[in-house]
Amino acid sequence: MERTAPTTGRSALPEAAILDREGLDALIAALRGDGYAVIGPRLRDGAIVLDPVESADDLSWGLIDEQDGGRYRLVPGDAQTAFSHTVGPQSWKRHLYPPRQTLWTGRRDGRGFTVETPADPVPHHAFLGVRACDLAAMAVQDRVFGVAPHEGRSAGQERFTDSGYAARRAAAFIVAVNCGRAGGTCFCDSMGAGPKAAGGYDLALTELPGCGTPAFLAEAGSATGAALLARLPGHAAGPQDRAAADASVEQARAHMGRAMVPDAGPLLARNLEHPRWAEVAARCLSCANCTMVCPTCFCTTVEDTTDLSGDHVERWRRWDSCFTVDFSYIHGGAIRQSGLSRYRQWMTHKLSSWWEQFGTSGCTGCGRCITWCPVGIDITEEARAIHDSEGRG
Amino acid sequence: MPRKVPKRRPKLAVWKFSSCDGCQLSLLDCEDELLAVADAVEIAYFLEATRVAIHGPYDVSLVEGSISTPHDAERIRRIRARSKVLITIGACATAGGIQALRNFRDVDGFVRAVYARPDFIDTLATSTAIRDHVTVDFELHGCPISKSQLLEVLNAFLNGRRPVVPPHSQCIECKLHGTVCVMVARGVPCLGPVTQAGCGNLCPRFARGCYGCFGPKETPNTAALAKQLTALGWRDADIANAFRSFNADAEAFRREADANAPLPPPAGEGGARAKGVGG
Ligand code: SF4
Ligand code: SF4
Ligand code: SF4
Ligand code: SF4
Repeated sequence: MERTAPTTGRSALPEAAILDREGLDALIAALRGDGYAVIGPRLRDGAIVLDPVESADDLSWGLIDEQDGGRYRLVPGDAQTAFSHTVGPQSWKRHLYPPRQTLWTGRRDGRGFTVETPADPVPHHAFLGVRACDLAAMAVQDRVFGVAPHEGRSAGQERFTDSGYAARRAAAFIVAVNCGRAGGTCFCDSMGAGPKAAGGYDLALTELPGCGTPAFLAEAGSATGAALLARLPGHAAGPQDRAAADASVEQARAHMGRAMVPDAGPLLARNLEHPRWAEVAARCLSCANCTMVCPTCFCTTVEDTTDLSGDHVERWRRWDSCFTVDFSYIHGGAIRQSGLSRYRQWMTHKLSSWWEQFGTSGCTGCGRCITWCPVGIDITEEARAIHDSEGRG
Repeated sequence: MPRKVPKRRPKLAVWKFSSCDGCQLSLLDCEDELLAVADAVEIAYFLEATRVAIHGPYDVSLVEGSISTPHDAERIRRIRARSKVLITIGACATAGGIQALRNFRDVDGFVRAVYARPDFIDTLATSTAIRDHVTVDFELHGCPISKSQLLEVLNAFLNGRRPVVPPHSQCIECKLHGTVCVMVARGVPCLGPVTQAGCGNLCPRFARGCYGCFGPKETPNTAALAKQLTALGWRDADIANAFRSFNADAEAFRREADANAPLPPPAGEGGARAKGVGG
């Protein structure tokens, strides 16, 4: 993929422009005209979810999300802003890596059987409103699914690329949004993943608040993005627009709801027997919400189905989680019976062993696992408790 | 692959004990698939058809309902003896059902209060799961069971494979469906984090908390959930009532209800709690 860090301006195409509400609408229309199904943040059932959008009217104008451990509420904000909310319960992995996928189907064929892999057409999605933490999460999953090379223990994985993920990923057009407001559970800054998108997008928008009317600085991150930008009704962006955009992002950076302690990976690795694990296990429901909402968690299980005659079989892949007992089932039984061992697996994988495996953190600081944990267990608080106990000697 | 399914169609029997018939009716509710089922198995006994003696033997027995009379307790032993595979279906058969609420009270008192001629009533002091009386090969949870899970279990049995009926939380079901969590986004109390998935995500999809129809999930941490329910405004009695419903006598739910609102000891001699094995 030739998506790079922001373009250098060598191209004749505009690299930045200012769009108003009509410009944003024109962006959605242009993407739809080019055959993309546009997915964006829109209101459903009391939350902002990632659903199809047909025009700028479908976006979540004037909504702010209050987030805390186990709590999410939408409240009114500046009606002239479309993106002053942060991330909701869903992440883009839902579209790049659907919860259920057919791996293959089989049909009895005389004394043998024939296997077919489903030839589903690759969806052409345009993701509108991808935040920096979620762009970083896509880069993480690119390593996991063998799309991007890396130096971790599972290096060479690109020889075993997940073809479905790779195809959906390559077909996607990405419109990033740089955050001008951080949520109560956000900590991307301390994970080095945000709040400004560092590349990996076709277009990036930064909302310029306080203009009285909607205004977005749109910057191209790929040739495709620049070509699209050239077709949109906007005016040239000046240095003052860039300064305003930078100030807005700095505003988000200064108001992160949470922060991760430094060097959490080695910290956890040397504290595998810490008493804190038992304390958090007493609170943990092993409900698996945290892994389901996490934009980097990639685990699945395999389910086989048959028809009544047994002539037709299907093998499905479904999202699974290290919080289920069956997840660690090996010959003779499940090896992670206790809630303690399951919570520890999840947190150490996110922050510590992911580095060895994939050469990166498995956490980008999006905060979803904190907000959507029904009992508000907080990965930053757990890390800090272990960190502080070391300080006490 | 050599064909494993025997040439002779397996004999299926459907048995009813203390229950409302809702689970058995799920089988009839499989309109689209019913002909295929009838094709694949010989339905040898089905209460909705006729009351026949227990002949058999049967390849599969589906058992609905709980054991609540001395006659039930004797009959389930005979059914077990004539069934190769015995699968219990529904909250009554797997946990004693809503009628297991009497396990916590004085049954003689109920009988005297409800029936004009208490001497006509021959009942046990408890309503218990089938597993408390005989060996069970597979338990299908739910009040009522889901018809797709029932088909899956029959299907798995016919094809000699493990049924895909995961014992994980209702929350996983919400997330797979893309349902917004009602507890986090609306502050609505929900039993989903301790309840086994399987209903097809009925209540949270309609902004209701889960009522726990499918009983405890694997390793349920009910105490941690109860703390959160308290934080959302439930009193101890509300928590106890929520756990004392269709799966009131499932161990994890019974313990959590008791922890929040202990019951007075049953009055009268007839109220002695006669728990079955493992109950
Ligand atoms: S671990 Fe939590 S904060 Fe980190 S990326 Fe996953 S959901 Fe987001
Ligand atoms: S934290 Fe658990 S579910 Fe997530 S990727 Fe790791 S093992 Fe899989
Ligand atoms: S940490 Fe929270 S969301 Fe994750 S399994 Fe435990 S209770 Fe569920
Ligand atoms: S609505 Fe209930 S079952 Fe669904 S995720 Fe939330 S707590 Fe779990």
